[in-house]
Amino acid sequence: MHDSNTRAIAPAGESSGSDRLAGNSKDDNWAEARGMIDGLDGALNMAHEALDRHVIAGHGEQVALRWLGKAGGSRDLTYSEMASLAAQFSNVLASHGLGKGDSLFALMGRVPELYACALGTLKAGLVFSPLFSAFGPEPIRTRMEIGSAKVLVTTASIYKRKIAAWRHEIPSLELVLIAGEEAPEGCVALGPALRAASPEFETVRTKPEDPALIHFTSGTTGKPKGAVHVHNAVLYHAFSGRKALGLTPGTIYWCTADPGWVTGTSYGIISPLVNRVTMIVDEAEFDIDRWYGTIQREKVESWYSAPTAIRMMMRAGAKAAKPYDFSSLRFLASVGEPLNPEAVVWSGKVFGQPFHDNWWQTETGGIMIANLPDMEVRPGSMGKPMPGIEAGIVARKDGILSDLGPKEIGELALRPGWPSMMRSYLHEQARYDKCFVDGWYLSGDLAMRDEDGYFWFVGRADDLIKSSGHLIGPFEVESALIEHPAVAEAGVIGVPDETAGEVVKAYVTLNPDFEWSDDLERDIRGHARKKLGPAVAPREILFRNTLPKTRSGKIMRRLLKARELGLPEGDISTLETDET
Amino acid sequence: MTETDFRAIFLEELTRVAPDIDSATVGDDDHIQDDLGLDSMDILNLVVALHERLGVNIPEAEYIEIATPGLAALYLARNSVAGA
Repeated sequence: MHDSNTRAIAPAGESSGSDRLAGNSKDDNWAEARGMIDGLDGALNMAHEALDRHVIAGHGEQVALRWLGKAGGSRDLTYSEMASLAAQFSNVLASHGLGKGDSLFALMGRVPELYACALGTLKAGLVFSPLFSAFGPEPIRTRMEIGSAKVLVTTASIYKRKIAAWRHEIPSLELVLIAGEEAPEGCVALGPALRAASPEFETVRTKPEDPALIHFTSGTTGKPKGAVHVHNAVLYHAFSGRKALGLTPGTIYWCTADPGWVTGTSYGIISPLVNRVTMIVDEAEFDIDRWYGTIQREKVESWYSAPTAIRMMMRAGAKAAKPYDFSSLRFLASVGEPLNPEAVVWSGKVFGQPFHDNWWQTETGGIMIANLPDMEVRPGSMGKPMPGIEAGIVARKDGILSDLGPKEIGELALRPGWPSMMRSYLHEQARYDKCFVDGWYLSGDLAMRDEDGYFWFVGRADDLIKSSGHLIGPFEVESALIEHPAVAEAGVIGVPDETAGEVVKAYVTLNPDFEWSDDLERDIRGHARKKLGPAVAPREILFRNTLPKTRSGKIMRRLLKARELGLPEGDISTLETDET
Repeated sequence: MTETDFRAIFLEELTRVAPDIDSATVGDDDHIQDDLGLDSMDILNLVVALHERLGVNIPEAEYIEIATPGLAALYLARNSVAGA
């Protein structure tokens, strides 16, 4: 099925208006990736690659998704059933006058409807933007505003708790779909709408460079950034899933990431389905016996997880793993933050295979650096650049970059041009342009390369916080904190945590008439959790009389962090007011 | 200590970890993740707090037994030194 059709997809020189983006100069690098997809009459649509083409090729009866319900029980959806469900969803959107280029936001747990929604959205030519369902109202609203959301798909409970109060203040929002049989006033229930819709829908002929996905990521300052990915990214989803996760047709694969984050979409929806695997989807949150039982019962072969979960398994020890049979596993991978060497070694002992760490970002849309299946794993290293990916360690000086040699610490950079690279930050050209210097994409991560070409993560070059694999912008947290009547100023940093990697910690000063107490601390923390959700809100808040600030009045988070960790304070020449 | 005492202690520690929750509105059968919105880090912190307060060790595999205040009260009464 990968024959002459594929030649029509994104031929050299036509896949992008910008030389920087589609990798024209390196087009040969992606011939193999192009061979993994079919295309559609010269157009390219992710949903067609993920579902319809498999049905056309006679694989409609293969299970695409085995869903494990929170309360027990499971439901199998074949490729054919998923294709029909996605088409029904496309028809629901079309019946409301929605079409190409409109943006749909999804905010719900891991239920089959979410997967049909993602693929039906792409099939109908709309742009899919997933949000994490544990977000509080503020992060949800900010992202929907930036993304000019036209449709929101969510549950009645999330809608009532987090959306209803401000729904009418989002002028672009035309339709709210609610999973299930009933919907609050002003919303449409998805269950009956899907049943009434035809399971046939002519896939919209999107061009390779048409937007498909928007993933939000945090910035050090200012609002979150909406990284735009195009349908052409599917080439790289197919390619990297095959190379870095061992996804071949029929593989039983479990990605534990939530589709609210980029991993849960790239490798929790698109890549596995494009590679025609059988995906396991667990609605429930982490529970060690449930997870081990799932691997044994479902005979999971490829497992993609994250350091926080792996460290929780480690805490439970080898004893908790002992009753289970893990012999089906043939490949384990981890992403989200660096996986500590102990966890790599431990997993090798317990599962018979080590977790293979890999590295990528929302902006890269796919795995860039990896411990590949056929490589020697170096515990603690993120691995080597993927085939076709050129990575370097660079230092900036006066707007010019210099390449650093082995063992030198610098910023991890990539040569632009792979298919799943972001094409823009929504409405933020200047911030997008800042990512590119001297022919490199700058990741913001500090790393070093050893003599054998393995890359090692060192830290962030900026103030962003990595907690349980989520990138958290301190500015967003500080903004929510100062909305509390008692808080005058806030400085937010990440502090090391053996399970989550880092946890969010805040330092605040108070407005006059407020006095610090345990009750006040809890009140402020409760306020932040309501606004931001537990994944983003600080776990700890400390009181200060003043915060360290520069002459221009910026809070020096770097200094708060150095003091917290007992590290050298570095250059403090810009310090105007010190912490007390 | 009675089961009621353990329920009260559990709620106290729960709302210390997650002060967005109003303990007066929490029902016996509310699931701490699904209904009350705790994430896995919150649960770890809760387990640590209960250990410090009551000396009870809750292994990973038994987190499920403190999934609701009702279950947790029974579990703590059974397993903590003060309840024995």
